[in-house]
Amino acid sequence: MPEFYGTRISSRLMLGTAQYPSPQVLSTAFRRSGAGVATVSLRREAARGDGDGFWQVIRELGVPVLPNTAGCHSVKEAVTTAHMARELFDTDWIKLEVIGHSDSLQPDPFGLVEAARILSDDGFKVFPYTTEDGIVAGKLLDAGCRVLMPWGAPIGTGLGLNNPYGLRALRAQFPDIPMVIDAGIGLPSHAAQAMELGFDAVLLNTAVAKAGDPAAMAEGFAHALDAGRLAYEADPMPPRDMAQPSTPILGLAVLK
Amino acid sequence: MKIVVNGTEAEIGATTLQAALKELGYGEARVATAVNEGFIPAAARAERRLTEGDRLEILSPKQGG
Repeated sequence: MPEFYGTRISSRLMLGTAQYPSPQVLSTAFRRSGAGVATVSLRREAARGDGDGFWQVIRELGVPVLPNTAGCHSVKEAVTTAHMARELFDTDWIKLEVIGHSDSLQPDPFGLVEAARILSDDGFKVFPYTTEDGIVAGKLLDAGCRVLMPWGAPIGTGLGLNNPYGLRALRAQFPDIPMVIDAGIGLPSHAAQAMELGFDAVLLNTAVAKAGDPAAMAEGFAHALDAGRLAYEADPMPPRDMAQPSTPILGLAVLK
Repeated sequence: MKIVVNGTEAEIGATTLQAALKELGYGEARVATAVNEGFIPAAARAERRLTEGDRLEILSPKQGG
């Protein structure tokens, strides 16, 4: 299993906690998936203290928590949110989102790198939500990131891996950096493809939370991750354009 | 004095962040705070004085992806 900033996780699946029909469904799906990390957020609190109940549900999952800066469109917003998250969740892990476009939710690479540098210098262990761009990735590593989280497709779309070529190139460019495909995963086959490309983990939320049976889908993802990773480690055959018989020609009977 | 709490105007008698949280009903709730877009750690709340028009953000753990 991969290590993120020195912490070995128990599964290659990182699962979000949003949009489930109920906390019970969330807990059941989580346990059936065996997910190794739970992603969480922070939002305005009404005085009655709803957040305490949610925090209790998350703690009972017994996995590391990765808070995010979802919804932040500026460096200042993201940095302040990260500081609040560090105190609230008692972790220096932060999934850093600096959104550059409100329709595509594409990261703003310039703001992302700047925020990653500020937070890394301040002791945060930054998990940057980025694109498959290798130049941006290099800048994020220079800024102190030791994990990269390239998108598969825009958040919440379920389109899978939009640019397998770019993701394969990114994987090859930084072979020793743990990389998580974050966002856009809709089906277990997408997650398997990410594993087959050599990525270390997959972060998803909507595909499980919005499935008709979230727990079954969560288990489906767990199997897909295992299958894809096993295939990667087994060194797949190269594809070819022309047919080639798998049964030997030598010794073929002449029966014409 | 009037301040803005999570985007809504509120009238408080408290003059520090810590006292304001108590007055506003947050009590022992697990929250993180920012004043005028700047993070205020829990340990600094008792010392952080509030003035008219301050914008207070009070956040708690919530679902996220």
